[in-house]
Amino acid sequence: MTFGELLIAMYIFILAIFVGFEVISKVPPTLHTPLMSGSNAISGITVVGALIASGTNNINLTTILGCLAVIFATINVVGGYAVTDRMLKMFKKK
Amino acid sequence: MCENIINLSYLISAVLFIIGLKMMSAPKSARRGNLYSALGMLIAVCATLFEKNVIGYQFIIIGLVIGSAIGGFLSVTVKMTQMPQMVGLLNGYGGLASTLVGIAEYARLYPTLSLYDTVTIILTIIIGAITFSGSIVAYGKLEGIVSGRPITYPFQKTINLVQFFVIVGGSILLCSHPESYVWFSVIVLISFILGILLVLPVGGADMPVVICLLNSYSGMAGCAVGFVLSNYCLIITGSLVGASGIILTQIMCKAMNRSLTNVMFGAFGKVDSSGPETRTVNVQGYAPEDATIVLESASLVIIVPGYGLAVAQAQHNVRELADLLEKKGVAVKYAIHPVAGRMPGHMNILLAEANVPYEKLYEMEQINSEFERADVALVIGANDVTNPAAKNNSKSPIYGMPILEVEKAKTVIFLKRSMAPGFAGIENELFLLPKTMMLFGDAKDTVIKLVNLLK
Repeated sequence: MTFGELLIAMYIFILAIFVGFEVISKVPPTLHTPLMSGSNAISGITVVGALIASGTNNINLTTILGCLAVIFATINVVGGYAVTDRMLKMFKKK
Repeated sequence: MCENIINLSYLISAVLFIIGLKMMSAPKSARRGNLYSALGMLIAVCATLFEKNVIGYQFIIIGLVIGSAIGGFLSVTVKMTQMPQMVGLLNGYGGLASTLVGIAEYARLYPTLSLYDTVTIILTIIIGAITFSGSIVAYGKLEGIVSGRPITYPFQKTINLVQFFVIVGGSILLCSHPESYVWFSVIVLISFILGILLVLPVGGADMPVVICLLNSYSGMAGCAVGFVLSNYCLIITGSLVGASGIILTQIMCKAMNRSLTNVMFGAFGKVDSSGPETRTVNVQGYAPEDATIVLESASLVIIVPGYGLAVAQAQHNVRELADLLEKKGVAVKYAIHPVAGRMPGHMNILLAEANVPYEKLYEMEQINSEFERADVALVIGANDVTNPAAKNNSKSPIYGMPILEVEKAKTVIFLKRSMAPGFAGIENELFLLPKTMMLFGDAKDTVIKLVNLLK
Protein backbone atom coordinates (compact mmCIF):
# COMPACT_ATOMS: atom_id res chain seq x y z
CA MET A 1 0.00 0.00 0.00
CA THR A 2 1.40 3.37 -0.98
CA PHE A 3 1.10 6.43 1.21
CA GLY A 4 -1.56 7.83 -1.12
CA GLU A 5 -3.67 4.70 -0.78
CA LEU A 6 -3.28 4.76 2.98
CA LEU A 7 -4.46 8.35 3.00
CA ILE A 8 -7.60 7.39 1.06
CA ALA A 9 -8.23 4.54 3.47
CA MET A 10 -7.90 6.98 6.38
CA TYR A 11 -10.39 9.36 4.73
CA ILE A 12 -12.86 6.52 4.39
CA PHE A 13 -12.26 5.40 7.96
CA ILE A 14 -12.83 8.83 9.47
CA LEU A 15 -15.87 9.66 7.35
CA ALA A 16 -17.44 6.28 8.13
CA ILE A 17 -17.04 6.93 11.86
CA PHE A 18 -18.88 10.24 11.46
CA VAL A 19 -21.65 8.52 9.50
CA GLY A 20 -21.84 5.89 12.27
CA PHE A 21 -22.20 8.55 14.99
CA GLU A 22 -24.83 10.37 12.97
CA VAL A 23 -26.93 7.31 12.20
CA ILE A 24 -26.72 5.56 15.56
CA SER A 25 -27.40 8.56 17.79
CA LYS A 26 -30.97 8.65 16.43
CA VAL A 27 -31.78 5.11 17.61
CA PRO A 28 -34.23 5.22 20.56
CA PRO A 29 -33.32 3.39 23.81
CA THR A 30 -36.10 0.88 23.32
CA LEU A 31 -34.20 -0.51 20.32
CA HIS A 32 -30.74 -0.50 21.89
CA THR A 33 -30.54 -4.26 22.37
CA PRO A 34 -31.51 -5.10 18.77
CA LEU A 35 -29.16 -2.33 17.63
CA MET A 36 -26.31 -3.96 19.52
CA SER A 37 -26.97 -7.44 18.22
CA GLY A 38 -27.57 -6.09 14.72
CA SER A 39 -24.39 -4.02 14.63
CA ASN A 40 -22.65 -6.99 16.17
CA ALA A 41 -23.77 -9.09 13.20
CA ILE A 42 -22.42 -6.38 10.90
CA SER A 43 -19.04 -6.60 12.63
CA GLY A 44 -18.98 -10.17 11.32
CA ILE A 45 -17.92 -8.51 8.04
CA THR A 46 -14.50 -9.75 9.04
CA VAL A 47 -15.76 -12.95 7.36
CA VAL A 48 -14.59 -11.32 4.12
CA GLY A 49 -11.02 -11.41 5.37
CA ALA A 50 -11.51 -14.97 6.60
CA LEU A 51 -12.78 -16.09 3.20
CA ILE A 52 -9.77 -14.61 1.47
CA ALA A 53 -7.41 -16.33 3.92
CA SER A 54 -9.05 -19.74 3.53
CA GLY A 55 -9.63 -19.62 -0.22
CA THR A 56 -6.81 -21.87 -1.41
CA ASN A 57 -6.46 -25.54 -2.23
CA ASN A 58 -3.31 -26.20 -0.19
CA ILE A 59 -3.49 -27.07 3.44
CA ASN A 60 -1.17 -24.83 5.43
CA LEU A 61 -1.31 -22.73 8.57
CA THR A 62 -2.98 -19.84 6.73
CA THR A 63 -5.84 -21.91 5.37
CA ILE A 64 -6.47 -23.71 8.66
CA LEU A 65 -6.56 -20.44 10.59
CA GLY A 66 -8.67 -18.95 7.81
CA CYS A 67 -11.14 -21.82 7.98
CA LEU A 68 -11.47 -21.40 11.76
CA ALA A 69 -11.96 -17.67 11.23
CA VAL A 70 -14.72 -18.38 8.70
CA ILE A 71 -16.48 -20.59 11.26
CA PHE A 72 -16.41 -18.00 14.03
CA ALA A 73 -17.25 -15.08 11.79
CA THR A 74 -20.19 -17.01 10.31
CA ILE A 75 -21.51 -17.84 13.79
CA ASN A 76 -21.28 -14.11 14.49
CA VAL A 77 -23.08 -13.16 11.27
CA VAL A 78 -25.80 -15.81 11.16
CA GLY A 79 -26.43 -15.85 14.91
CA GLY A 80 -26.41 -12.06 15.08
CA TYR A 81 -28.87 -11.42 12.26
CA ALA A 82 -31.21 -14.26 13.24
CA VAL A 83 -31.39 -13.22 16.87
CA THR A 84 -31.92 -9.56 15.93
CA ASP A 85 -34.77 -10.55 13.67
CA ARG A 86 -36.27 -12.64 16.46
CA MET A 87 -36.22 -9.65 18.77
CA LEU A 88 -37.52 -7.12 16.27
CA LYS A 89 -40.42 -9.40 15.40
CA MET A 90 -41.66 -8.91 18.96
CA PHE A 91 -41.88 -5.13 18.85
CA LYS A 92 -45.52 -4.42 18.27
CA LYS A 93 -47.90 -1.56 18.64
CA LYS A 94 -51.04 -1.98 20.64
CA MET B 1 -13.24 -5.86 -14.97
CA CYS B 2 -14.09 -8.55 -12.48
CA GLU B 3 -12.32 -6.57 -9.77
CA ASN B 4 -14.43 -3.52 -10.54
CA ILE B 5 -17.63 -5.51 -10.14
CA ILE B 6 -16.39 -6.91 -6.84
CA ASN B 7 -15.58 -3.43 -5.54
CA LEU B 8 -18.93 -2.14 -6.73
CA SER B 9 -20.64 -4.94 -4.80
CA TYR B 10 -18.67 -3.96 -1.69
CA LEU B 11 -19.89 -0.40 -2.12
CA ILE B 12 -23.48 -1.60 -2.41
CA SER B 13 -23.19 -3.68 0.73
CA ALA B 14 -21.65 -0.76 2.65
CA VAL B 15 -24.62 1.39 1.59
CA LEU B 16 -27.03 -1.35 2.66
CA PHE B 17 -25.37 -1.51 6.10
CA ILE B 18 -25.77 2.24 6.57
CA ILE B 19 -29.40 2.21 5.41
CA GLY B 20 -30.07 -0.81 7.59
CA LEU B 21 -28.68 0.92 10.67
CA LYS B 22 -30.60 4.08 9.84
CA MET B 23 -33.85 2.13 9.71
CA MET B 24 -33.12 0.90 13.22
CA SER B 25 -34.19 4.32 14.48
CA ALA B 26 -37.88 3.34 14.56
CA PRO B 27 -39.47 0.08 15.71
CA LYS B 28 -41.66 0.05 12.60
CA SER B 29 -38.82 -0.04 10.08
CA ALA B 30 -36.21 -1.77 12.24
CA ARG B 31 -36.96 -5.30 11.12
CA ARG B 32 -36.70 -4.38 7.45
CA GLY B 33 -33.50 -2.52 8.23
CA ASN B 34 -32.00 -5.65 9.71
CA LEU B 35 -32.93 -7.56 6.56
CA TYR B 36 -31.28 -4.92 4.36
CA SER B 37 -28.15 -5.19 6.44
CA ALA B 38 -28.22 -9.00 6.15
CA LEU B 39 -28.61 -8.63 2.39
CA GLY B 40 -25.55 -6.36 2.39
CA MET B 41 -23.62 -9.08 4.18
CA LEU B 42 -24.74 -11.69 1.66
CA ILE B 43 -23.62 -9.49 -1.24
CA ALA B 44 -20.25 -8.89 0.41
CA VAL B 45 -19.70 -12.62 1.00
CA CYS B 46 -20.69 -13.54 -2.57
CA ALA B 47 -18.46 -10.83 -4.03
CA THR B 48 -15.52 -12.09 -1.99
CA LEU B 49 -15.90 -15.56 -3.48
CA PHE B 50 -14.91 -14.05 -6.85
CA GLU B 51 -11.77 -12.34 -5.52
CA LYS B 52 -8.71 -13.35 -7.52
CA ASN B 53 -6.96 -14.67 -4.41
CA VAL B 54 -9.81 -17.06 -3.74
CA ILE B 55 -9.18 -20.16 -5.81
CA GLY B 56 -10.16 -23.09 -3.58
CA TYR B 57 -13.56 -23.45 -2.00
CA GLN B 58 -13.44 -26.56 0.18
CA PHE B 59 -12.32 -24.78 3.37
CA ILE B 60 -14.72 -21.94 2.72
CA ILE B 61 -17.65 -24.31 2.39
CA ILE B 62 -16.67 -26.25 5.52
CA GLY B 63 -16.39 -23.01 7.47
CA LEU B 64 -19.64 -21.52 6.20
CA VAL B 65 -21.64 -24.68 6.85
CA ILE B 66 -20.34 -25.27 10.37
CA GLY B 67 -20.62 -21.59 11.28
CA SER B 68 -24.16 -21.23 9.93
CA ALA B 69 -25.29 -24.37 11.75
CA ILE B 70 -23.90 -23.23 15.11
CA GLY B 71 -25.08 -19.64 14.64
CA GLY B 72 -28.55 -20.76 13.58
CA PHE B 73 -28.81 -23.16 16.48
CA LEU B 74 -27.74 -20.52 19.01
CA SER B 75 -30.17 -17.94 17.69
CA VAL B 76 -33.15 -20.29 17.90
CA THR B 77 -32.39 -21.74 21.32
CA VAL B 78 -31.36 -18.61 23.23
CA LYS B 79 -33.91 -17.21 25.69
CA MET B 80 -34.71 -13.51 25.67
CA THR B 81 -33.45 -13.27 29.26
CA GLN B 82 -30.07 -14.57 28.06
CA MET B 83 -29.71 -11.94 25.37
CA PRO B 84 -26.89 -10.00 27.09
CA GLN B 85 -24.63 -13.06 27.27
CA MET B 86 -25.57 -14.03 23.71
CA VAL B 87 -24.51 -10.62 22.40
CA GLY B 88 -21.35 -10.88 24.51
CA LEU B 89 -20.52 -14.28 23.07
CA LEU B 90 -21.14 -13.23 19.47
CA ASN B 91 -18.97 -10.14 19.98
CA GLY B 92 -16.24 -12.46 21.17
CA TYR B 93 -16.51 -14.69 18.12
CA GLY B 94 -16.22 -11.68 15.83
CA GLY B 95 -13.09 -10.59 17.69
CA LEU B 96 -11.63 -14.09 17.52
CA ALA B 97 -12.29 -14.31 13.79
CA SER B 98 -10.43 -11.02 13.26
CA THR B 99 -7.51 -12.24 15.37
CA LEU B 100 -7.33 -15.48 13.38
CA VAL B 101 -7.35 -13.56 10.11
CA GLY B 102 -4.52 -11.41 11.47
CA ILE B 103 -2.45 -14.48 12.42
CA ALA B 104 -3.26 -16.15 9.09
CA GLU B 105 -2.05 -13.07 7.20
CA TYR B 106 1.14 -13.04 9.26
CA ALA B 107 1.71 -16.71 8.38
CA ARG B 108 0.97 -16.08 4.71
CA LEU B 109 3.30 -13.11 4.33
CA TYR B 110 6.03 -14.50 6.59
CA PRO B 111 8.90 -13.64 6.59
CA THR B 112 8.72 -10.67 4.21
CA LEU B 113 6.31 -8.30 5.91
CA SER B 114 6.36 -4.60 5.11
CA LEU B 115 6.10 -2.09 7.94
CA TYR B 116 2.50 -1.42 6.92
CA ASP B 117 1.60 -5.13 7.07
CA THR B 118 3.23 -5.54 10.48
CA VAL B 119 1.56 -2.52 12.06
CA THR B 120 -1.93 -3.34 10.78
CA ILE B 121 -1.64 -7.04 11.68
CA ILE B 122 -0.48 -6.20 15.20
CA LEU B 123 -3.39 -3.79 15.67
CA THR B 124 -5.85 -6.40 14.40
CA ILE B 125 -4.52 -9.02 16.78
CA ILE B 126 -4.39 -6.80 19.85
CA ILE B 127 -7.92 -5.44 19.40
CA GLY B 128 -9.37 -8.77 18.28
CA ALA B 129 -7.81 -10.80 21.07
CA ILE B 130 -8.86 -8.34 23.79
CA THR B 131 -12.39 -8.38 22.35
CA PHE B 132 -12.47 -12.17 22.38
CA SER B 133 -11.12 -12.94 25.84
CA GLY B 134 -12.90 -9.93 27.38
CA SER B 135 -16.20 -11.04 25.86
CA ILE B 136 -15.75 -14.57 27.14
CA VAL B 137 -15.25 -13.27 30.69
CA ALA B 138 -18.28 -10.99 30.27
CA TYR B 139 -20.24 -14.00 29.05
CA GLY B 140 -19.10 -15.99 32.08
CA LYS B 141 -20.15 -13.21 34.44
CA LEU B 142 -23.57 -12.80 32.86
CA GLU B 143 -24.17 -16.55 32.72
CA GLY B 144 -23.09 -16.88 36.37
CA ILE B 145 -20.05 -19.06 35.66
CA VAL B 146 -17.71 -16.31 36.85
CA SER B 147 -18.62 -14.28 39.94
CA GLY B 148 -20.58 -11.15 39.06
CA ARG B 149 -18.80 -9.26 41.81
CA PRO B 150 -15.70 -7.33 40.80
CA ILE B 151 -12.65 -9.56 41.11
CA THR B 152 -9.58 -7.71 42.29
CA TYR B 153 -6.12 -8.82 43.27
CA PRO B 154 -2.98 -7.10 44.53
CA PHE B 155 -0.98 -4.96 42.09
CA GLN B 156 -3.81 -5.13 39.56
CA LYS B 157 -3.05 -1.83 37.91
CA THR B 158 0.69 -2.47 37.91
CA ILE B 159 0.23 -5.87 36.26
CA ASN B 160 -2.04 -4.39 33.58
CA LEU B 161 0.41 -1.57 33.01
CA VAL B 162 3.33 -3.99 32.66
CA GLN B 163 1.39 -6.02 30.10
CA PHE B 164 0.52 -2.87 28.23
CA PHE B 165 4.18 -1.91 28.01
CA VAL B 166 5.21 -5.41 26.94
CA ILE B 167 2.68 -5.21 24.11
CA VAL B 168 3.88 -1.75 23.05
CA GLY B 169 7.54 -2.72 23.34
CA GLY B 170 7.01 -6.01 21.55
CA SER B 171 5.14 -4.25 18.77
CA ILE B 172 7.96 -1.77 18.22
CA LEU B 173 10.47 -4.62 18.17
CA LEU B 174 8.33 -6.58 15.75
CA CYS B 175 8.12 -3.62 13.39
CA SER B 176 11.88 -3.61 12.99
CA HIS B 177 12.15 -7.43 12.98
CA PRO B 178 8.87 -8.73 11.56
CA GLU B 179 10.30 -12.24 11.24
CA SER B 180 10.61 -12.65 15.03
CA TYR B 181 7.70 -15.02 15.57
CA VAL B 182 8.57 -15.34 19.27
CA TRP B 183 7.66 -11.70 19.89
CA PHE B 184 4.66 -12.14 17.65
CA SER B 185 3.42 -15.03 19.84
CA VAL B 186 4.11 -13.04 23.01
CA ILE B 187 1.95 -10.19 21.72
CA VAL B 188 -0.87 -12.58 20.81
CA LEU B 189 -0.74 -14.30 24.19
CA ILE B 190 -0.58 -11.14 26.28
CA SER B 191 -3.42 -9.55 24.34
CA PHE B 192 -5.64 -12.50 25.26
CA ILE B 193 -4.60 -12.28 28.92
CA LEU B 194 -5.11 -8.51 28.98
CA GLY B 195 -8.70 -8.93 27.76
CA ILE B 196 -9.44 -11.29 30.64
CA LEU B 197 -7.80 -9.09 33.25
CA LEU B 198 -9.53 -5.94 32.03
CA VAL B 199 -13.03 -7.37 32.40
CA LEU B 200 -12.57 -9.41 35.62
CA PRO B 201 -12.60 -6.36 37.94
CA VAL B 202 -15.82 -4.99 36.42
CA GLY B 203 -18.99 -5.73 38.38
CA GLY B 204 -22.11 -7.34 36.95
CA ALA B 205 -24.21 -4.18 37.10
CA ASP B 206 -21.62 -2.38 34.98
CA MET B 207 -21.89 -5.03 32.27
CA PRO B 208 -24.01 -2.80 29.99
CA VAL B 209 -20.99 -0.53 29.59
CA VAL B 210 -18.57 -3.40 29.02
CA ILE B 211 -20.80 -5.07 26.44
CA CYS B 212 -21.10 -1.78 24.55
CA LEU B 213 -17.37 -1.23 24.69
CA LEU B 214 -16.62 -4.75 23.46
CA ASN B 215 -19.16 -4.22 20.70
CA SER B 216 -17.17 -1.19 19.64
CA TYR B 217 -13.90 -3.16 19.81
CA SER B 218 -15.28 -5.95 17.64
CA GLY B 219 -16.07 -3.34 14.98
CA MET B 220 -12.64 -1.79 15.32
CA ALA B 221 -11.05 -5.23 14.94
CA GLY B 222 -12.95 -5.70 11.67
CA CYS B 223 -11.83 -2.26 10.62
CA ALA B 224 -8.20 -3.20 11.33
CA VAL B 225 -8.61 -6.32 9.17
CA GLY B 226 -9.79 -3.93 6.46
CA PHE B 227 -6.51 -2.04 6.71
CA VAL B 228 -4.55 -5.32 6.61
CA LEU B 229 -6.28 -6.42 3.41
CA SER B 230 -6.71 -2.89 2.00
CA ASN B 231 -10.42 -3.60 1.77
CA TYR B 232 -12.57 -0.46 1.98
CA CYS B 233 -15.77 -2.39 2.68
CA LEU B 234 -14.32 -3.76 5.90
CA ILE B 235 -12.97 -0.36 6.89
CA ILE B 236 -16.36 1.34 6.44
CA THR B 237 -18.37 -1.39 8.10
CA GLY B 238 -15.97 -1.87 10.97
CA SER B 239 -15.96 1.84 11.76
CA LEU B 240 -19.77 1.99 11.69
CA VAL B 241 -19.92 -0.68 14.38
CA GLY B 242 -17.05 0.93 16.26
CA ALA B 243 -18.90 4.25 16.33
CA SER B 244 -22.15 2.60 17.38
CA GLY B 245 -20.48 0.86 20.32
CA ILE B 246 -18.84 4.09 21.46
CA ILE B 247 -22.12 6.00 21.40
CA LEU B 248 -23.88 3.33 23.45
CA THR B 249 -20.95 3.27 25.88
CA GLN B 250 -21.27 7.02 26.36
CA ILE B 251 -25.04 6.79 26.88
CA MET B 252 -24.59 4.08 29.52
CA CYS B 253 -21.86 5.94 31.38
CA LYS B 254 -23.94 9.10 31.39
CA ALA B 255 -26.93 7.17 32.73
CA MET B 256 -24.82 6.14 35.70
CA ASN B 257 -23.08 9.50 36.00
CA ARG B 258 -19.70 7.80 35.92
CA SER B 259 -16.69 8.04 33.68
CA LEU B 260 -15.58 5.15 31.53
CA THR B 261 -12.33 4.95 33.52
CA ASN B 262 -14.31 4.60 36.73
CA VAL B 263 -16.42 1.80 35.26
CA MET B 264 -13.44 -0.10 33.89
CA PHE B 265 -11.02 0.34 36.78
CA GLY B 266 -13.16 1.37 39.75
CA ALA B 267 -14.15 -2.17 40.83
CA PHE B 268 -17.58 -0.70 41.57
CA GLY B 269 -19.87 -2.80 43.73
CA LYS B 270 -17.07 -4.52 45.57
CA VAL B 271 -18.47 -5.33 49.00
CA ASP B 272 -16.12 -4.27 51.72
CA SER B 273 -16.32 -7.23 54.09
CA SER B 274 -14.14 -5.52 56.69
CA GLY B 275 -16.79 -2.85 57.23
CA PRO B 276 -17.45 -2.57 60.99
CA GLU B 277 -21.13 -1.72 60.96
CA THR B 278 -23.41 -4.36 59.58
CA ARG B 279 -26.69 -2.91 60.68
CA THR B 280 -29.56 -5.27 61.02
CA VAL B 281 -32.74 -3.53 60.14
CA ASN B 282 -36.07 -5.10 60.76
CA VAL B 283 -38.36 -4.40 57.92
CA GLN B 284 -41.83 -5.73 58.02
CA GLY B 285 -42.79 -7.80 55.02
CA TYR B 286 -46.32 -7.41 53.73
CA ALA B 287 -48.55 -10.13 52.34
CA PRO B 288 -49.64 -10.13 48.69
CA GLU B 289 -53.23 -9.57 49.93
CA ASP B 290 -52.26 -6.16 51.32
CA ALA B 291 -50.68 -5.23 48.03
CA THR B 292 -53.67 -6.21 45.93
CA ILE B 293 -55.95 -3.91 47.94
CA VAL B 294 -53.66 -0.97 47.21
CA LEU B 295 -53.27 -1.94 43.56
CA GLU B 296 -56.99 -2.35 42.95
CA SER B 297 -57.90 1.01 44.39
CA ALA B 298 -55.20 2.85 42.40
CA SER B 299 -55.86 4.88 39.28
CA LEU B 300 -52.28 4.99 38.01
CA VAL B 301 -49.68 2.27 38.59
CA ILE B 302 -46.14 2.67 37.33
CA ILE B 303 -44.17 -0.55 37.02
CA VAL B 304 -40.41 -0.29 37.44
CA PRO B 305 -38.68 -3.43 36.16
CA GLY B 306 -35.07 -4.32 36.92
CA TYR B 307 -32.60 -7.13 36.52
CA GLY B 308 -34.53 -9.21 39.09
CA LEU B 309 -37.39 -9.43 36.58
CA ALA B 310 -35.04 -10.95 34.02
CA VAL B 311 -33.57 -13.39 36.54
CA ALA B 312 -37.01 -14.57 37.64
CA GLN B 313 -38.25 -14.54 34.01
CA ALA B 314 -41.42 -12.90 35.26
CA GLN B 315 -42.13 -10.71 32.21
CA HIS B 316 -45.19 -12.69 31.03
CA ASN B 317 -46.70 -12.72 34.53
CA VAL B 318 -46.11 -9.00 34.90
CA ARG B 319 -48.02 -8.36 31.71
CA GLU B 320 -50.86 -10.55 32.95
CA LEU B 321 -50.93 -8.48 36.13
CA ALA B 322 -50.99 -5.27 34.11
CA ASP B 323 -53.82 -6.59 31.91
CA LEU B 324 -55.92 -7.47 34.95
CA LEU B 325 -55.34 -4.04 36.46
CA GLU B 326 -56.27 -2.34 33.21
CA LYS B 327 -59.46 -4.35 33.05
CA LYS B 328 -60.31 -2.91 36.45
CA GLY B 329 -59.77 0.58 35.10
CA VAL B 330 -56.26 1.17 36.44
CA ALA B 331 -53.84 2.90 34.08
CA VAL B 332 -50.50 1.09 33.87
CA LYS B 333 -47.21 2.50 32.63
CA TYR B 334 -43.69 1.13 32.64
CA ALA B 335 -40.67 3.18 33.69
CA ILE B 336 -37.40 2.04 32.14
CA HIS B 337 -34.11 3.21 33.60
CA PRO B 338 -31.35 3.33 30.95
CA VAL B 339 -29.14 0.91 32.88
CA ALA B 340 -31.86 -1.42 34.14
CA GLY B 341 -30.78 -4.97 33.38
CA ARG B 342 -27.48 -6.08 31.99
CA MET B 343 -27.40 -4.43 28.58
CA PRO B 344 -28.90 -1.34 26.96
CA GLY B 345 -32.57 -1.93 26.22
CA HIS B 346 -32.64 -5.26 28.11
CA MET B 347 -35.99 -4.52 29.80
CA ASN B 348 -37.52 -3.38 26.52
CA ILE B 349 -36.94 -6.67 24.74
CA LEU B 350 -38.18 -8.69 27.72
CA LEU B 351 -41.42 -6.72 27.86
CA ALA B 352 -41.72 -6.84 24.08
CA GLU B 353 -41.45 -10.62 24.33
CA ALA B 354 -44.38 -10.55 26.75
CA ASN B 355 -46.34 -8.51 24.17
CA VAL B 356 -46.31 -5.26 26.09
CA PRO B 357 -46.85 -2.53 23.45
CA TYR B 358 -43.77 -0.32 23.30
CA GLU B 359 -45.81 2.86 23.67
CA LYS B 360 -46.37 1.94 27.31
CA LEU B 361 -42.66 1.93 28.05
CA TYR B 362 -41.39 5.32 29.17
CA GLU B 363 -37.84 6.56 29.47
CA MET B 364 -36.65 8.06 32.71
CA GLU B 365 -36.96 11.71 31.61
CA GLN B 366 -40.51 11.19 30.39
CA ILE B 367 -41.84 9.35 33.40
CA ASN B 368 -40.15 10.99 36.38
CA SER B 369 -42.67 13.84 36.50
CA GLU B 370 -45.51 11.33 36.59
CA PHE B 371 -44.56 9.54 39.80
CA GLU B 372 -46.18 12.38 41.79
CA ARG B 373 -49.52 11.51 40.25
CA ALA B 374 -49.03 7.76 40.59
CA ASP B 375 -50.83 5.90 43.35
CA VAL B 376 -48.45 2.98 43.23
CA ALA B 377 -44.89 2.52 42.04
CA LEU B 378 -44.47 -1.22 41.65
CA VAL B 379 -40.75 -1.98 41.69
CA ILE B 380 -39.96 -5.46 40.44
CA GLY B 381 -36.40 -6.62 40.92
CA ALA B 382 -34.84 -3.16 40.74
CA ASN B 383 -33.04 -1.42 43.57
CA ASP B 384 -30.12 0.93 42.93
CA VAL B 385 -31.89 2.77 40.10
CA THR B 386 -34.59 3.86 42.59
CA ASN B 387 -32.33 4.68 45.53
CA PRO B 388 -32.80 8.30 46.66
CA ALA B 389 -29.29 8.20 48.12
CA ALA B 390 -28.16 8.99 44.57
CA LYS B 391 -29.77 12.41 45.02
CA ASN B 392 -29.30 13.31 48.65
CA ASN B 393 -26.34 11.42 50.07
CA SER B 394 -23.11 12.80 48.71
CA LYS B 395 -21.17 9.98 50.39
CA SER B 396 -23.07 7.27 48.55
CA PRO B 397 -21.15 5.51 45.78
CA ILE B 398 -24.05 6.08 43.41
CA TYR B 399 -24.33 9.80 44.26
CA GLY B 400 -25.18 11.79 41.13
CA MET B 401 -26.68 8.90 39.21
CA PRO B 402 -30.05 9.91 37.76
CA ILE B 403 -32.76 7.73 39.31
CA LEU B 404 -36.41 6.89 38.82
CA GLU B 405 -38.15 8.97 41.46
CA VAL B 406 -40.42 6.26 42.81
CA GLU B 407 -40.41 7.84 46.27
CA LYS B 408 -42.82 10.49 44.97
CA ALA B 409 -45.59 7.93 44.41
CA LYS B 410 -48.23 7.57 47.13
CA THR B 411 -47.26 3.96 47.79
CA VAL B 412 -44.12 2.13 46.77
CA ILE B 413 -44.34 -1.65 46.49
CA PHE B 414 -41.04 -3.49 46.26
CA LEU B 415 -40.91 -7.06 45.02
CA LYS B 416 -37.59 -8.28 46.29
CA ARG B 417 -35.95 -11.54 47.16
CA SER B 418 -34.50 -10.32 50.46
CA MET B 419 -33.26 -7.23 52.23
CA ALA B 420 -29.88 -7.72 50.57
CA PRO B 421 -28.52 -4.49 49.16
CA GLY B 422 -28.50 -3.94 45.43
CA PHE B 423 -25.50 -4.36 43.25
CA ALA B 424 -23.79 -1.22 44.42
CA GLY B 425 -23.67 -2.82 47.87
CA ILE B 426 -25.57 -0.01 49.56
CA GLU B 427 -28.79 0.11 51.49
CA ASN B 428 -31.89 1.66 50.08
CA GLU B 429 -33.57 4.00 52.57
CA LEU B 430 -36.82 3.62 50.66
CA PHE B 431 -37.33 0.22 52.28
CA LEU B 432 -37.73 1.93 55.66
CA LEU B 433 -40.33 4.50 54.63
CA PRO B 434 -43.83 4.05 56.06
CA LYS B 435 -45.40 4.22 52.61
CA THR B 436 -43.24 1.38 51.34
CA MET B 437 -44.57 -2.17 51.19
CA MET B 438 -42.00 -4.90 50.91
CA LEU B 439 -43.11 -8.17 49.34
CA PHE B 440 -40.34 -10.69 49.86
CA GLY B 441 -39.88 -13.71 47.63
CA ASP B 442 -39.15 -14.69 44.06
CA ALA B 443 -40.49 -12.02 41.72
CA LYS B 444 -42.31 -14.53 39.56
CA ASP B 445 -44.00 -16.32 42.49
CA THR B 446 -45.09 -13.03 44.01
CA VAL B 447 -46.51 -11.71 40.75
CA ILE B 448 -48.40 -14.98 40.20
CA LYS B 449 -49.87 -14.65 43.70
CA LEU B 450 -50.94 -11.08 42.95
CA VAL B 451 -52.50 -12.16 39.66
CA ASN B 452 -54.48 -14.96 41.32
CA LEU B 453 -55.70 -12.62 44.04
CA LEU B 454 -56.80 -10.00 41.51
CA LYS B 455 -58.76 -12.61 39.60
